[in-house]
Amino acid sequence: MNPKLNAEWVGFTLHWYKALLNNHEMLLAARNSLIIAISASFLATTLGTMAGLAIHRYKLKVLPILAFTPVAMPEILLGVSLLLFFLQVLNLTLGMLSIIIAHTTFCIGFVAIIVRARLQGMDESIFEAARDLGATPWQTFHQITLPLIRPAVIAGALMSFTLSIDDFVITFFTKGAGEPILPIQIYTMIKVAVTPEVNAISTLLMLLTLTLIIIATRFDTSMLKGESK
Amino acid sequence: MQTSSRLLKWLISGPPLLFLLIFFVAPSLIMVFTSFRLPGEFGGLAPINILPGEVAGDSGLTIETYQFFFSDFIYTEIFLKSFAVATFTTLICIAMAYPLALLIARSRKKFRNLMIMLVVLPFASNFLVRIYAWMIILGPESGFSHFINGILAFLGIAPVTLLFSPFAVLIGMVYVHLPFMILPLYTNLEKHDPILLDAAQDLGANSWQRFWYVTWPQSLPGIFSGSALVFIPVLGMFAIPDILGGTGDIMIGNLIKDQFLGTRDWPFGSTLSIMLTLAVLGTAGLFSWFARTRNPV
Repeated sequence: MNPKLNAEWVGFTLHWYKALLNNHEMLLAARNSLIIAISASFLATTLGTMAGLAIHRYKLKVLPILAFTPVAMPEILLGVSLLLFFLQVLNLTLGMLSIIIAHTTFCIGFVAIIVRARLQGMDESIFEAARDLGATPWQTFHQITLPLIRPAVIAGALMSFTLSIDDFVITFFTKGAGEPILPIQIYTMIKVAVTPEVNAISTLLMLLTLTLIIIATRFDTSMLKGESK
Repeated sequence: MQTSSRLLKWLISGPPLLFLLIFFVAPSLIMVFTSFRLPGEFGGLAPINILPGEVAGDSGLTIETYQFFFSDFIYTEIFLKSFAVATFTTLICIAMAYPLALLIARSRKKFRNLMIMLVVLPFASNFLVRIYAWMIILGPESGFSHFINGILAFLGIAPVTLLFSPFAVLIGMVYVHLPFMILPLYTNLEKHDPILLDAAQDLGANSWQRFWYVTWPQSLPGIFSGSALVFIPVLGMFAIPDILGGTGDIMIGNLIKDQFLGTRDWPFGSTLSIMLTLAVLGTAGLFSWFARTRNPV
Protein backbone atom coordinates (compact mmCIF):
# COMPACT_ATOMS: atom_id res chain seq x y z
CA MET A 1 0.00 0.00 0.00
CA ASN A 2 1.21 3.52 -0.79
CA PRO A 3 2.69 4.89 2.48
CA LYS A 4 1.48 8.39 1.54
CA LEU A 5 -2.12 7.29 1.44
CA ASN A 6 -2.36 5.11 4.50
CA ALA A 7 -5.93 5.72 5.57
CA GLU A 8 -7.41 2.35 6.29
CA TRP A 9 -10.01 2.36 9.05
CA VAL A 10 -9.27 -0.24 11.73
CA GLY A 11 -10.50 1.40 14.92
CA PHE A 12 -9.58 3.88 17.63
CA THR A 13 -6.25 4.15 19.40
CA LEU A 14 -4.21 6.61 21.43
CA HIS A 15 -1.05 4.94 20.16
CA TRP A 16 -0.03 7.86 17.92
CA TYR A 17 -0.25 10.37 20.77
CA LYS A 18 2.13 8.17 22.74
CA ALA A 19 4.37 7.86 19.68
CA LEU A 20 4.29 11.65 19.38
CA LEU A 21 5.67 12.02 22.89
CA ASN A 22 8.72 10.02 21.81
CA ASN A 23 9.15 11.85 18.52
CA HIS A 24 11.73 14.46 19.49
CA GLU A 25 11.97 16.01 16.05
CA MET A 26 8.23 16.63 15.99
CA LEU A 27 8.08 18.00 19.54
CA LEU A 28 11.04 20.27 18.84
CA ALA A 29 9.26 21.50 15.71
CA ALA A 30 6.10 22.22 17.71
CA ARG A 31 8.12 24.09 20.34
CA ASN A 32 9.92 26.16 17.67
CA SER A 33 6.65 26.98 15.95
CA LEU A 34 5.17 28.15 19.25
CA ILE A 35 8.19 30.37 19.99
CA ILE A 36 7.97 31.88 16.49
CA ALA A 37 4.20 32.43 16.73
CA ILE A 38 4.42 34.09 20.17
CA SER A 39 7.32 36.37 19.18
CA ALA A 40 5.88 37.30 15.80
CA SER A 41 2.41 38.00 17.17
CA PHE A 42 3.89 40.16 19.96
CA LEU A 43 5.94 42.22 17.47
CA ALA A 44 3.15 42.41 14.89
CA THR A 45 0.59 43.44 17.50
CA THR A 46 2.79 46.24 18.82
CA LEU A 47 3.72 47.59 15.39
CA GLY A 48 0.31 46.87 13.85
CA THR A 49 -1.56 48.69 16.63
CA MET A 50 0.68 51.72 16.14
CA ALA A 51 0.10 51.55 12.38
CA GLY A 52 -3.68 51.22 12.82
CA LEU A 53 -3.78 54.21 15.18
CA ALA A 54 -1.54 56.32 12.94
CA ILE A 55 -3.49 55.49 9.77
CA HIS A 56 -6.78 56.36 11.45
CA ARG A 57 -5.61 59.59 13.09
CA TYR A 58 -3.37 61.18 10.50
CA LYS A 59 -3.76 61.47 6.76
CA LEU A 60 -0.83 59.23 5.88
CA LYS A 61 -0.10 58.18 2.31
CA VAL A 62 2.81 55.76 2.53
CA LEU A 63 2.12 53.75 5.69
CA PRO A 64 -1.29 52.34 4.60
CA ILE A 65 0.20 51.09 1.32
CA LEU A 66 3.17 49.50 3.10
CA ALA A 67 1.02 47.88 5.79
CA PHE A 68 -1.79 46.55 3.60
CA THR A 69 0.10 45.38 0.49
CA PRO A 70 1.77 42.35 2.14
CA VAL A 71 -1.72 41.17 3.15
CA ALA A 72 -3.05 41.39 -0.40
CA MET A 73 -0.21 39.92 -2.44
CA PRO A 74 0.62 36.23 -2.94
CA GLU A 75 2.71 34.99 0.00
CA ILE A 76 5.38 33.54 -2.25
CA LEU A 77 6.48 37.04 -3.32
CA LEU A 78 7.15 38.14 0.26
CA GLY A 79 8.92 34.83 0.99
CA VAL A 80 11.21 35.08 -2.01
CA SER A 81 12.09 38.77 -1.58
CA LEU A 82 12.86 38.28 2.12
CA LEU A 83 15.03 35.25 1.29
CA LEU A 84 17.09 37.38 -1.12
CA PHE A 85 17.25 40.26 1.37
CA PHE A 86 18.37 38.12 4.33
CA LEU A 87 21.06 36.31 2.36
CA GLN A 88 22.34 39.11 0.14
CA VAL A 89 22.05 42.24 2.26
CA LEU A 90 21.95 41.22 5.90
CA ASN A 91 24.15 38.13 5.51
CA LEU A 92 21.89 36.52 8.07
CA THR A 93 21.93 32.78 8.67
CA LEU A 94 18.36 31.72 8.07
CA GLY A 95 16.63 30.35 11.13
CA MET A 96 14.21 31.30 13.86
CA LEU A 97 15.00 35.04 13.67
CA SER A 98 14.42 35.29 9.92
CA ILE A 99 11.10 33.46 10.25
CA ILE A 100 9.96 35.72 13.12
CA ILE A 101 10.78 38.85 11.06
CA ALA A 102 9.04 37.44 7.98
CA HIS A 103 5.87 36.52 9.89
CA THR A 104 5.82 39.93 11.61
CA THR A 105 5.98 41.67 8.23
CA PHE A 106 2.75 40.12 6.93
CA CYS A 107 0.90 40.12 10.28
CA ILE A 108 1.30 43.90 10.84
CA GLY A 109 -1.27 44.58 8.12
CA PHE A 110 -3.88 42.26 9.65
CA VAL A 111 -3.54 43.87 13.09
CA ALA A 112 -3.66 47.38 11.57
CA ILE A 113 -6.85 46.51 9.66
CA ILE A 114 -8.60 45.22 12.82
CA VAL A 115 -7.48 48.17 15.01
CA ARG A 116 -8.45 50.72 12.37
CA ALA A 117 -11.87 49.12 11.91
CA ARG A 118 -12.42 49.41 15.67
CA LEU A 119 -11.41 53.09 15.68
CA GLN A 120 -13.63 53.87 12.69
CA GLY A 121 -16.68 52.74 14.62
CA MET A 122 -15.99 55.08 17.53
CA ASP A 123 -17.28 58.50 18.43
CA GLU A 124 -14.52 61.08 17.88
CA SER A 125 -16.02 63.40 20.49
CA ILE A 126 -14.65 61.16 23.28
CA PHE A 127 -11.12 62.19 22.33
CA GLU A 128 -12.11 65.85 21.95
CA ALA A 129 -13.69 65.75 25.40
CA ALA A 130 -10.48 64.36 26.88
CA ARG A 131 -8.49 67.13 25.23
CA ASP A 132 -10.93 69.81 26.40
CA LEU A 133 -10.61 68.55 29.94
CA GLY A 134 -6.88 69.14 29.75
CA ALA A 135 -5.52 65.65 29.06
CA THR A 136 -2.11 65.50 27.44
CA PRO A 137 -1.82 63.40 24.25
CA TRP A 138 -0.16 60.67 26.31
CA GLN A 139 -2.94 60.71 28.93
CA THR A 140 -5.58 60.58 26.21
CA PHE A 141 -3.83 57.62 24.64
CA HIS A 142 -3.25 55.74 27.87
CA GLN A 143 -6.58 56.35 29.58
CA ILE A 144 -9.03 56.69 26.69
CA THR A 145 -7.74 55.22 23.43
CA LEU A 146 -5.99 52.12 24.70
CA PRO A 147 -8.87 50.77 26.84
CA LEU A 148 -11.26 51.37 23.93
CA ILE A 149 -9.19 49.54 21.34
CA ARG A 150 -8.11 46.71 23.68
CA PRO A 151 -10.55 44.11 22.21
CA ALA A 152 -9.23 44.84 18.70
CA VAL A 153 -5.63 44.56 19.90
CA ILE A 154 -6.33 41.18 21.49
CA ALA A 155 -8.19 39.97 18.41
CA GLY A 156 -5.26 41.10 16.25
CA ALA A 157 -2.77 39.29 18.48
CA LEU A 158 -4.75 36.04 18.30
CA MET A 159 -5.12 36.36 14.53
CA SER A 160 -1.36 36.90 14.14
CA PHE A 161 -0.67 33.88 16.31
CA THR A 162 -2.97 31.68 14.21
CA LEU A 163 -1.57 33.00 10.91
CA SER A 164 2.00 32.47 12.08
CA ILE A 165 1.60 28.94 13.41
CA ASP A 166 -0.28 27.88 10.26
CA ASP A 167 1.94 29.60 7.72
CA PHE A 168 3.72 27.31 5.30
CA VAL A 169 4.80 29.35 2.27
CA ILE A 170 6.74 32.19 3.90
CA THR A 171 8.24 29.81 6.47
CA PHE A 172 9.34 27.52 3.64
CA PHE A 173 11.46 30.26 2.05
CA THR A 174 12.90 31.82 5.20
CA LYS A 175 13.53 28.70 7.30
CA GLY A 176 17.14 27.83 6.44
CA ALA A 177 18.51 24.37 7.11
CA GLY A 178 18.65 24.31 10.89
CA GLU A 179 15.74 24.03 13.26
CA PRO A 180 12.68 21.88 12.44
CA ILE A 181 9.46 23.91 12.08
CA LEU A 182 6.01 22.33 12.30
CA PRO A 183 4.47 23.13 8.87
CA ILE A 184 7.74 22.14 7.20
CA GLN A 185 7.80 18.83 9.12
CA ILE A 186 4.24 18.14 7.99
CA TYR A 187 5.12 19.02 4.39
CA THR A 188 8.15 16.71 4.42
CA MET A 189 6.04 13.89 5.82
CA ILE A 190 3.36 14.41 3.16
CA LYS A 191 6.05 14.28 0.49
CA VAL A 192 7.79 11.21 1.93
CA ALA A 193 5.69 9.08 4.25
CA VAL A 194 2.87 10.08 6.54
CA THR A 195 2.39 8.47 9.93
CA PRO A 196 -0.72 9.27 11.98
CA GLU A 197 1.54 11.31 14.27
CA VAL A 198 0.85 14.14 11.83
CA ASN A 199 -2.85 13.77 12.54
CA ALA A 200 -2.16 13.59 16.27
CA ILE A 201 -0.13 16.79 16.38
CA SER A 202 -2.54 18.62 14.10
CA THR A 203 -5.42 17.61 16.35
CA LEU A 204 -3.57 19.09 19.32
CA LEU A 205 -2.84 22.26 17.33
CA MET A 206 -6.46 22.45 16.22
CA LEU A 207 -7.57 22.30 19.86
CA LEU A 208 -5.14 25.09 20.69
CA THR A 209 -6.38 27.24 17.80
CA LEU A 210 -10.01 26.55 18.62
CA THR A 211 -9.44 27.58 22.23
CA LEU A 212 -7.88 30.80 21.02
CA ILE A 213 -10.79 31.43 18.61
CA ILE A 214 -13.30 30.91 21.42
CA ILE A 215 -11.37 33.38 23.60
CA ALA A 216 -11.30 35.80 20.67
CA THR A 217 -15.06 35.56 20.05
CA ARG A 218 -15.67 36.19 23.76
CA PHE A 219 -13.69 39.41 23.46
CA ASP A 220 -15.58 40.15 20.30
CA THR A 221 -18.95 39.92 22.05
CA SER A 222 -17.79 42.14 24.88
CA MET A 223 -16.64 44.53 22.14
CA LEU A 224 -20.14 44.56 20.63
CA LYS A 225 -21.71 45.04 24.03
CA GLY A 226 -19.43 47.99 24.65
CA GLU A 227 -20.64 49.58 21.44
CA SER A 228 -24.33 49.17 22.14
CA LYS A 229 -24.02 50.90 25.51
CA MET B 1 0.41 71.52 14.67
CA GLN B 2 1.85 71.60 18.16
CA THR B 3 5.31 70.19 18.71
CA SER B 4 4.11 67.55 21.16
CA SER B 5 1.39 66.23 18.87
CA ARG B 6 3.79 66.20 15.92
CA LEU B 7 6.15 64.20 18.11
CA LEU B 8 3.30 61.83 18.94
CA LYS B 9 2.55 61.38 15.24
CA TRP B 10 6.12 60.29 14.59
CA LEU B 11 6.24 58.17 17.73
CA ILE B 12 3.32 56.04 16.64
CA SER B 13 3.82 55.99 12.86
CA GLY B 14 7.64 55.85 12.92
CA PRO B 15 8.35 52.33 14.21
CA PRO B 16 5.92 50.47 11.88
CA LEU B 17 7.02 52.65 8.97
CA LEU B 18 10.69 51.91 9.63
CA PHE B 19 10.08 48.18 10.06
CA LEU B 20 8.13 47.94 6.80
CA LEU B 21 10.65 50.07 4.90
CA ILE B 22 13.43 47.69 5.96
CA PHE B 23 11.60 44.35 5.71
CA PHE B 24 9.11 44.97 2.91
CA VAL B 25 10.30 47.81 0.65
CA ALA B 26 14.02 47.02 0.71
CA PRO B 27 13.51 43.28 -0.03
CA SER B 28 11.17 44.15 -2.93
CA LEU B 29 13.78 46.50 -4.40
CA ILE B 30 16.47 43.83 -3.93
CA MET B 31 14.24 41.43 -5.87
CA VAL B 32 13.91 43.89 -8.77
CA PHE B 33 17.68 44.45 -8.70
CA THR B 34 18.40 40.70 -8.61
CA SER B 35 16.25 40.11 -11.68
CA PHE B 36 18.76 42.20 -13.69
CA ARG B 37 21.78 40.22 -12.55
CA LEU B 38 23.47 37.04 -13.78
CA PRO B 39 23.35 33.71 -11.95
CA GLY B 40 26.53 32.52 -10.29
CA GLU B 41 28.39 29.45 -11.42
CA PHE B 42 27.33 27.44 -8.39
CA GLY B 43 23.93 29.01 -7.81
CA GLY B 44 23.25 32.38 -6.24
CA LEU B 45 24.60 35.39 -8.11
CA ALA B 46 27.55 36.30 -10.26
CA PRO B 47 29.61 39.11 -8.73
CA ILE B 48 28.87 42.62 -9.94
CA ASN B 49 31.60 45.06 -10.80
CA ILE B 50 30.22 48.55 -10.69
CA LEU B 51 33.53 50.38 -10.53
CA PRO B 52 34.33 53.73 -12.06
CA GLY B 53 35.68 53.44 -15.57
CA GLU B 54 34.09 50.09 -16.21
CA VAL B 55 32.18 49.47 -19.43
CA ALA B 56 28.42 49.53 -18.85
CA GLY B 57 27.96 46.16 -20.52
CA ASP B 58 30.38 44.53 -18.11
CA SER B 59 28.67 45.80 -14.99
CA GLY B 60 27.05 42.43 -14.40
CA LEU B 61 23.60 43.91 -14.94
CA THR B 62 21.60 42.49 -17.80
CA ILE B 63 18.12 42.01 -19.18
CA GLU B 64 19.04 38.47 -20.26
CA THR B 65 16.64 36.79 -17.83
CA TYR B 66 13.71 38.75 -19.25
CA GLN B 67 14.74 37.82 -22.80
CA PHE B 68 15.02 34.22 -21.65
CA PHE B 69 11.50 34.36 -20.21
CA PHE B 70 10.01 35.36 -23.55
CA SER B 71 12.32 33.20 -25.70
CA ASP B 72 10.86 29.93 -24.48
CA PHE B 73 7.11 29.66 -24.85
CA ILE B 74 6.90 27.20 -21.94
CA TYR B 75 7.06 30.04 -19.39
CA THR B 76 4.31 32.05 -21.04
CA GLU B 77 2.33 28.83 -21.24
CA ILE B 78 2.70 28.17 -17.50
CA PHE B 79 1.61 31.76 -16.78
CA LEU B 80 -1.45 31.34 -19.01
CA LYS B 81 -2.23 28.00 -17.37
CA SER B 82 -1.99 29.58 -13.91
CA PHE B 83 -4.40 32.32 -15.04
CA ALA B 84 -6.76 29.62 -16.30
CA VAL B 85 -6.63 27.75 -12.96
CA ALA B 86 -7.22 31.03 -11.06
CA THR B 87 -10.14 31.95 -13.36
CA PHE B 88 -11.81 28.53 -13.06
CA THR B 89 -11.29 28.47 -9.28
CA THR B 90 -12.85 31.93 -8.95
CA LEU B 91 -15.85 31.05 -11.14
CA ILE B 92 -16.50 27.76 -9.30
CA CYS B 93 -16.17 29.59 -5.97
CA ILE B 94 -18.73 32.21 -7.08
CA ALA B 95 -21.15 29.49 -8.22
CA MET B 96 -20.77 27.56 -4.94
CA ALA B 97 -20.58 30.51 -2.55
CA TYR B 98 -23.51 32.54 -3.89
CA PRO B 99 -26.39 30.21 -2.91
CA LEU B 100 -24.80 29.53 0.48
CA ALA B 101 -24.12 33.22 1.23
CA LEU B 102 -27.70 34.04 0.22
CA LEU B 103 -29.03 31.29 2.47
CA ILE B 104 -26.96 32.53 5.43
CA ALA B 105 -27.93 36.17 4.85
CA ARG B 106 -31.62 35.30 4.77
CA SER B 107 -31.56 32.99 7.81
CA ARG B 108 -32.49 34.02 11.30
CA LYS B 109 -29.76 35.78 13.23
CA LYS B 110 -29.21 32.84 15.61
CA PHE B 111 -28.42 30.44 12.74
CA ARG B 112 -26.42 33.05 10.85
CA ASN B 113 -23.61 33.18 13.42
CA LEU B 114 -23.56 29.39 13.67
CA MET B 115 -23.25 28.99 9.90
CA ILE B 116 -20.51 31.62 9.67
CA MET B 117 -18.67 29.72 12.41
CA LEU B 118 -18.94 26.56 10.30
CA VAL B 119 -17.61 28.39 7.23
CA VAL B 120 -14.47 29.54 9.07
CA LEU B 121 -14.02 26.32 11.07
CA PRO B 122 -11.60 24.71 8.53
CA PHE B 123 -9.12 27.51 9.34
CA ALA B 124 -8.67 25.91 12.76
CA SER B 125 -6.86 23.02 11.15
CA ASN B 126 -3.46 23.27 9.48
CA PHE B 127 -3.55 24.16 5.78
CA LEU B 128 -1.27 21.25 4.80
CA VAL B 129 -3.27 18.75 6.81
CA ARG B 130 -6.41 19.83 4.96
CA ILE B 131 -4.66 19.31 1.62
CA TYR B 132 -3.39 15.95 2.84
CA ALA B 133 -6.99 14.98 3.63
CA TRP B 134 -7.82 15.46 -0.06
CA MET B 135 -4.87 13.21 -0.96
CA ILE B 136 -6.62 10.45 0.93
CA ILE B 137 -10.10 11.27 -0.42
CA LEU B 138 -8.90 11.35 -4.03
CA GLY B 139 -6.45 8.43 -3.65
CA PRO B 140 -6.89 5.36 -5.85
CA GLU B 141 -8.08 3.17 -2.96
CA SER B 142 -10.60 5.66 -1.57
CA GLY B 143 -14.34 5.13 -1.53
CA PHE B 144 -14.77 8.30 -3.59
CA SER B 145 -12.46 7.00 -6.35
CA HIS B 146 -14.26 3.64 -6.35
CA PHE B 147 -17.60 5.44 -6.58
CA ILE B 148 -16.56 7.67 -9.52
CA ASN B 149 -14.92 4.76 -11.37
CA GLY B 150 -17.96 2.59 -10.66
CA ILE B 151 -20.16 5.14 -12.43
CA LEU B 152 -17.67 5.41 -15.29
CA ALA B 153 -17.52 1.62 -15.63
CA PHE B 154 -21.32 1.51 -15.72
CA LEU B 155 -21.23 4.04 -18.57
CA GLY B 156 -18.56 1.99 -20.29
CA ILE B 157 -15.76 4.53 -19.74
CA ALA B 158 -12.25 3.52 -18.70
CA PRO B 159 -11.38 4.24 -15.02
CA VAL B 160 -9.60 7.50 -14.22
CA THR B 161 -6.96 8.45 -11.66
CA LEU B 162 -8.25 11.41 -9.67
CA LEU B 163 -5.15 12.21 -7.64
CA PHE B 164 -2.15 13.97 -9.23
CA SER B 165 -4.31 15.54 -11.93
CA PRO B 166 -5.47 19.08 -12.87
CA PHE B 167 -8.85 18.03 -11.45
CA ALA B 168 -7.32 17.38 -8.01
CA VAL B 169 -5.53 20.76 -8.12
CA LEU B 170 -8.79 22.53 -8.92
CA ILE B 171 -10.64 20.74 -6.09
CA GLY B 172 -7.89 21.69 -3.63
CA MET B 173 -7.90 25.32 -4.78
CA VAL B 174 -11.68 25.66 -4.52
CA TYR B 175 -11.77 23.91 -1.15
CA VAL B 176 -9.11 26.14 0.43
CA HIS B 177 -10.36 29.46 -0.99
CA LEU B 178 -14.14 29.04 -0.79
CA PRO B 179 -14.50 30.83 2.60
CA PHE B 180 -12.78 33.89 1.11
CA MET B 181 -15.63 34.14 -1.40
CA ILE B 182 -18.44 33.31 1.04
CA LEU B 183 -17.50 35.90 3.68
CA PRO B 184 -17.41 39.13 1.56
CA LEU B 185 -20.46 37.95 -0.38
CA TYR B 186 -22.36 37.32 2.85
CA THR B 187 -21.31 40.72 4.26
CA ASN B 188 -22.69 42.34 1.11
CA LEU B 189 -25.93 40.34 0.90
CA GLU B 190 -26.66 40.87 4.58
CA LYS B 191 -26.82 44.64 4.09
CA HIS B 192 -29.48 44.51 1.33
CA ASP B 193 -32.74 46.20 2.29
CA PRO B 194 -35.56 43.59 2.10
CA ILE B 195 -38.00 46.42 1.31
CA LEU B 196 -36.58 46.55 -2.22
CA LEU B 197 -37.59 42.92 -2.80
CA ASP B 198 -41.07 43.60 -1.39
CA ALA B 199 -41.41 46.58 -3.70
CA ALA B 200 -40.35 44.50 -6.70
CA GLN B 201 -42.89 41.85 -5.76
CA ASP B 202 -45.64 44.45 -5.39
CA LEU B 203 -44.77 45.72 -8.84
CA GLY B 204 -45.29 42.17 -10.20
CA ALA B 205 -41.73 40.85 -10.52
CA ASN B 206 -41.46 37.06 -10.28
CA SER B 207 -38.80 35.44 -8.10
CA TRP B 208 -36.30 35.17 -10.96
CA GLN B 209 -36.79 38.84 -11.91
CA ARG B 210 -36.46 39.87 -8.28
CA PHE B 211 -33.11 38.10 -8.10
CA TRP B 212 -31.78 39.30 -11.46
CA TYR B 213 -32.85 42.95 -11.27
CA VAL B 214 -32.65 43.60 -7.50
CA THR B 215 -30.32 41.22 -5.63
CA TRP B 216 -27.70 40.43 -8.29
CA PRO B 217 -26.72 44.03 -9.25
CA GLN B 218 -26.46 45.01 -5.59
CA SER B 219 -24.22 42.03 -4.84
CA LEU B 220 -21.61 42.79 -7.53
CA PRO B 221 -19.22 44.66 -5.17
CA GLY B 222 -19.24 41.58 -2.91
CA ILE B 223 -18.46 39.34 -5.87
CA PHE B 224 -15.59 41.57 -6.95
CA SER B 225 -13.93 41.72 -3.53
CA GLY B 226 -14.41 37.96 -3.07
CA SER B 227 -12.93 37.32 -6.51
CA ALA B 228 -9.84 39.37 -5.70
CA LEU B 229 -9.41 37.41 -2.45
CA VAL B 230 -9.57 34.12 -4.37
CA PHE B 231 -7.90 34.94 -7.69
CA ILE B 232 -4.70 36.56 -6.38
CA PRO B 233 -3.63 33.88 -3.86
CA VAL B 234 -4.47 31.09 -6.33
CA LEU B 235 -2.24 32.74 -8.94
CA GLY B 236 0.79 32.48 -6.64
CA MET B 237 0.00 29.14 -4.99
CA PHE B 238 2.60 26.37 -5.13
CA ALA B 239 1.73 23.97 -2.29
CA ILE B 240 -1.52 22.64 -3.77
CA PRO B 241 -0.16 21.83 -7.26
CA ASP B 242 2.93 20.44 -5.51
CA ILE B 243 0.94 18.01 -3.36
CA LEU B 244 -2.20 17.24 -5.38
CA GLY B 245 -1.00 17.85 -8.95
CA GLY B 246 0.99 15.67 -11.31
CA THR B 247 4.30 16.62 -12.90
CA GLY B 248 2.51 18.48 -15.70
CA ASP B 249 0.34 20.58 -13.41
CA ILE B 250 2.94 23.09 -12.22
CA MET B 251 1.99 26.75 -11.85
CA ILE B 252 3.93 30.04 -11.56
CA GLY B 253 4.52 29.41 -7.85
CA ASN B 254 6.17 26.04 -8.48
CA LEU B 255 8.36 27.60 -11.15
CA ILE B 256 9.52 30.31 -8.72
CA LYS B 257 10.08 27.83 -5.90
CA ASP B 258 12.26 25.64 -8.14
CA GLN B 259 14.47 28.59 -9.11
CA PHE B 260 15.21 29.40 -5.48
CA LEU B 261 15.35 26.00 -3.81
CA GLY B 262 16.03 23.64 -6.74
CA THR B 263 18.25 24.98 -9.53
CA ARG B 264 19.27 28.03 -7.44
CA ASP B 265 18.96 30.46 -10.35
CA TRP B 266 18.15 33.57 -8.33
CA PRO B 267 18.02 36.10 -11.19
CA PHE B 268 15.52 34.05 -13.19
CA GLY B 269 13.51 33.33 -10.02
CA SER B 270 13.37 37.08 -9.38
CA THR B 271 12.33 37.74 -12.98
CA LEU B 272 9.48 35.25 -12.59
CA SER B 273 8.49 36.93 -9.31
CA ILE B 274 8.46 40.35 -10.99
CA MET B 275 6.25 38.96 -13.77
CA LEU B 276 3.91 37.50 -11.12
CA THR B 277 3.85 40.89 -9.32
CA LEU B 278 2.89 42.62 -12.58
CA ALA B 279 0.17 40.02 -13.20
CA VAL B 280 -1.19 40.55 -9.66
CA LEU B 281 -1.12 44.35 -9.97
CA GLY B 282 -2.89 44.15 -13.33
CA THR B 283 -5.58 41.86 -11.94
CA ALA B 284 -6.04 43.94 -8.77
CA GLY B 285 -6.37 47.09 -10.88
CA LEU B 286 -8.92 45.39 -13.12
CA PHE B 287 -11.00 44.20 -10.15
CA SER B 288 -11.03 47.61 -8.45
CA TRP B 289 -11.92 49.27 -11.78
CA PHE B 290 -14.83 46.84 -12.20
CA ALA B 291 -15.90 47.41 -8.60
CA ARG B 292 -15.90 51.19 -9.13
CA THR B 293 -17.67 51.31 -12.47
CA ARG B 294 -20.25 48.63 -11.68
CA ASN B 295 -20.99 49.86 -8.19
CA PRO B 296 -24.73 50.62 -8.19
CA VAL B 297 -25.73 53.70 -6.24
